[in-house]
Amino acid sequence: MTKKNEIDVIAKITEIAKGIYGKIKLIKQPEIEMPIRSLNNVEYNSKDGYFKQLDKKKTRTLTASTIKTFAQTLRMMGLSKKLIETNDIATKREAYYVSKNWGDARFKEQPESDTVMDDIEAMMGVNREQIGFIPGEKGGAVAGKLTVIDIDKETDKQLNIDCTKFGAGAYSIPSSVEHLKFETNAKFVLAVETAGMFERLNKHKYWKKANCVLIAMSGVPTRATRRFMRKLSDENNLPVFVFTDGDPYGYFSIYRTLKVGSGNAAHINEFFCVPKAEFIGVTPQDIIDYKLPTHPLKEVDFKKIKDVLKNDPFCLHHKEWQKALKQMAKMKVRVEQQAFSAHSLNFVMEKYLPDKLKNSKTWLP
Amino acid sequence: MAQRSAEELAKKQRDISIAEFFEKNRHLLGFDNPRRSLLTAIKEGVDNALDACEEARILPELNIEVIQLGETRFRLIMEDNGPGIVRAQLPKIFAKLLYGSKFHKLAQSRGQQGIGISAAVLYGQLTTGKPASITSKTDKNSPAHHVKLKINTTTNKPDVSDDKEVAWDEKEHGTRIEIDLEGSYTKGRQSVDEYIKETAIVNPHATIIYTNPEAEQLIFPRATNELPPEAKEIKPHPYGVELGRFIKMLETTTTKTLQQFLTTEFVRVGVGTAKEICRNASLLPNTKPKKFTREMAEQLLKGVKLTKIISPPTDCISPITAELLESGLRKEINAEFYCSTTRPPAVYRGNPFIIEAALAYGGEQEGDKTVRVMRFANRVPLLYQQGACAITNSIQNTAWRSYGLQQSKNSIPSGPCTIVVHMSSVWVPFTSESKEALAHYPEIIREIKRALQECGRKLASFVNKKRRIKDEGKKRSYIEKFIPHVAEALQELIGFDEINSKKIEDDLCEILEHTRGELEEIKVDNPEYDAELANIGKEPRDNKKEERDEVKEEKMEETKEKSAPEKKIEENPEDKKEDKQKTLI
Repeated sequence: MTKKNEIDVIAKITEIAKGIYGKIKLIKQPEIEMPIRSLNNVEYNSKDGYFKQLDKKKTRTLTASTIKTFAQTLRMMGLSKKLIETNDIATKREAYYVSKNWGDARFKEQPESDTVMDDIEAMMGVNREQIGFIPGEKGGAVAGKLTVIDIDKETDKQLNIDCTKFGAGAYSIPSSVEHLKFETNAKFVLAVETAGMFERLNKHKYWKKANCVLIAMSGVPTRATRRFMRKLSDENNLPVFVFTDGDPYGYFSIYRTLKVGSGNAAHINEFFCVPKAEFIGVTPQDIIDYKLPTHPLKEVDFKKIKDVLKNDPFCLHHKEWQKALKQMAKMKVRVEQQAFSAHSLNFVMEKYLPDKLKNSKTWLP
Repeated sequence: MAQRSAEELAKKQRDISIAEFFEKNRHLLGFDNPRRSLLTAIKEGVDNALDACEEARILPELNIEVIQLGETRFRLIMEDNGPGIVRAQLPKIFAKLLYGSKFHKLAQSRGQQGIGISAAVLYGQLTTGKPASITSKTDKNSPAHHVKLKINTTTNKPDVSDDKEVAWDEKEHGTRIEIDLEGSYTKGRQSVDEYIKETAIVNPHATIIYTNPEAEQLIFPRATNELPPEAKEIKPHPYGVELGRFIKMLETTTTKTLQQFLTTEFVRVGVGTAKEICRNASLLPNTKPKKFTREMAEQLLKGVKLTKIISPPTDCISPITAELLESGLRKEINAEFYCSTTRPPAVYRGNPFIIEAALAYGGEQEGDKTVRVMRFANRVPLLYQQGACAITNSIQNTAWRSYGLQQSKNSIPSGPCTIVVHMSSVWVPFTSESKEALAHYPEIIREIKRALQECGRKLASFVNKKRRIKDEGKKRSYIEKFIPHVAEALQELIGFDEINSKKIEDDLCEILEHTRGELEEIKVDNPEYDAELANIGKEPRDNKKEERDEVKEEKMEETKEKSAPEKKIEENPEDKKEDKQKTLI
C-alpha cells in the first residue's frame, strides 16, 4: 500500500460523491455503479489460474426502497475517507459500531455493514485494507518447517519466527501479511480444513516426517491466510496440497475459493488466489477405497452440488470435478476428515496421507 | 294414585282464549322483561300510527311521551295525525287480539298480525290493572271519541268504560293512546331512544317528537315531504299458498268454476295458466269450487307445483332506496366510507321482497370489536333477537375477509364497520310474534348475501386504497428519515457548507416526490354527520362495559327473565312527575 494508492482511493471516493452531488443539483436521481459480485460475473481459464471479474455492473439508483442502503454506502465511504486521511484502520466490527452514531442509518447487524463494505471495495476495485478496513477474523494456524520473517513495529528490527518451535501450539497468520518474508526448505504446504486435524498432525510432528509446512484453514480460509499461502507458494515455489472434509462445502467453498477465488470479491482474486493448490482429499473415491464411515448428504449439500454443476465456472472447466460431484450425489454420502480414525487414530498420518501424496492420480485439480 | 276417567278429565278440558294464551305466553309477543316490554309497547304504537298515516296518504307526525310514574311504572302516550278510527272500531282494534286489516291482505306494512297494539293494552292491564285510554278524531268538524278499554281475557272481547265524546281542538284528525305499564328505561343499543332514532332514520317522511322519562325532548323533523309510494295490495301467488289455505279459499270463493277461481283469486294466473294448472292437476276447468274434496285440493296443489307461473309483481313493494339508507347512515355514523345497494326484487314462497344493504366503514368507529349490525324490516328497526335473525346468519356466512374485515369462521366480522340490512316485503316472515328476527328462508338469505357481497366489493376496493395510501405514507416518512443522512454523508465526502446541505435535502425531496407522484388522502369528511343524533340512545361513558356485553345479555334475556337493571332515578322524580301530569290533564 503506497502513498499514491491512498491518494487514488481518496480521489476516487470524492469523484463518486461529486458525481452524485452533481446529479442531485440537476434534480436527477443519483446512482452508484458497482460490479456485480457473484459467480455470474467471473470467468475462469486455467492459464490465468483464478476467477477473473467481468464487467457486469449493477446500478443502485436512489429510490424509496434503496435510500437506506444508499445513505449507508455514502456514510461508509465517508468513514473510509476519514480513515485513510488519518492513516487509521478499523476492523469490520469497529466499522459496524461506528455506524451506531448514524441514527436511523445505523446497521442492525454486522453482516449488513460487511455487505456495504464489500460493495465499496468492489466499487473501488481495491482490497479492503486499502480503504481502511481490516477483517476482525483470526487467520489460520501455521506449524512446520518455515521461518516467517516479520518486523518488530517498535524497533523496526527483523523478527525471525521459527514455526517448528511452537510446541503443541502454532504460529497465527496476522491480518496483514504483505510485508512478511519466508525462509523454508520444506517440499510442500499442506492445508487442512479443521483445527482438529491440524492438532493431530502437529502433535505428532507430521511436518517433520513429511518435510512440509502445515496450515490450518479452519473452514473457508481468510483473505490473510489465502494471501499468506499465495506468497509462500510463489516466493518459494512450493506446491500446496489441500485436505478437507469430503463434502460439497469442503470442495467448493474451501478449496475452490482458496485456489481460484470467489465471485463475491472477484476484484481481488488475482492477488488472493493460490493457483498452485491441488486437492488431495477426501475425494468421493477415497470413501470407497478406504472404506470410510459416512453421513448421509443433507438437503443443502444436494442443492450445492446441483448449483455448482450448473453455475460454477471452475467446475464447468474441470471434468474431473464434475465426475467427482456426480459420484458423490449418487453415493448420497459425505465424509469427515476425522473418519480415518475408524481404522486407527494415526491411520491418516501413517497410511492415508503418505499414500495420497505418492499417487497424484488420485488428486483432483 | 287413583285412575281418572275420561269423563272426569273432560270436565277440565275447555277452550283456550287467545287472550288467555298470550297472557301466559307474553314473551312470544316481546313482553318478556320490563326493558323490552316498554320498547315493544312503543313499537306497536308507532307501527300502527305510521301504517295508518301512510295508508291515508298523510305525512306522519308522531308525538311520543314516556313518563316515569314510579320505580318500575311508566305511562306511555302516543299521538298521531292519522285518519283516526271510527267509534265502532275503537274497542276491537285496541282491545281484541288478532283483529285487524293487515292480516288478510298482502301489502307492505309494518303491522301484519293484528296482535300488536292490543297486546300492549293487555300487558298494561296485566301489570297495572288500569285500562288503556284512547281518543280518536276522524273529522275536524266532529268531536273526538274517547274510550277506556280493557280486554276480557276469557272471551277476548273488549270491556269499554268511560265512553264519551270529547273536544280535541288542536287536532283535525288523529289518534291518541295512553297506556300505563310496568317497564324499565335504560339507554343503549336496545333502548327506546335508539329505536325511535332508527325509526326516524328509515322513515325520513315522518316527524317524530319524543320525550323520554328524563324529560328530554328529542325532535326528529321530517327530511322529505314525499310519502313512500302507496303500498299496493296483491293477491296471493299460487306458489305461496299451502293446502289448508287452498281449501279455505275454495270454500269462501264466490267464483263458479275452478278456472275462474284461479284467475280471480290469484295473481299472475291468466286463462292460459289456469288451464295448464287444471291439466297438470288432472281437473276439469269447470269443476265447481264448492264441490272440491280434500283430495282434489291436494291434486290442485300438485298441479300448481308442476306449472310454470311467472313471479308475482314487484311494484307492490317500496324499498327505502339505497340513497336514503346511506344518507341515514351518514347522519348516524361518522365514517370514511359509505356504500349502499338495493337488490332487484326476489320471491320467497310466492311473496315478493326486496333486500337493501348499506355499510359505513372507518372513521370514528372502533376497529377491534365486532361490527355493528342494524336490521330493519318494512322500515321497522329490529333491536332484539339478533342471533336468531336471517340477516345475522347471512352476515356470518359472507366471506368478509376478502372485503377487508377480520372474521373467524362463520361469525360476525370485526372491524370499524356498521352494516345495515333492510327487507321490505308484502309479508315479512318473522320467527315469532314479537317480530324481531327474520325467518331463515333460503331465498331471503341468498338475497341478503348478494346485497352484502355487492357492498363488500365496494368496501374491499376502499380498504385496499386505504392500505395503499398508508403504505405510501410509510414509504414517504421512510424516505424523509434518510434524506438528511444522504446529505450529511455527501457533506462529509465533499465538504460543502450548511446551506448547501439544506439545499441538497430539498433537492432530494423534490427528486423522490417527483418519482412517486401526488399523495392521495382519505379524510373523514362527512357534512351530513349529526353528532347529537348519533349520541341519542348511547349509554353514558361509565356504562360502556354494559353495552359491550349486550349480545350476551340478549341471549340471557331470551331464555329467562332478567332482573331489572338499575334505573337512573332523576334527582327529584316526584316533582317532575307531577309537573308532567299537570300538563297532560
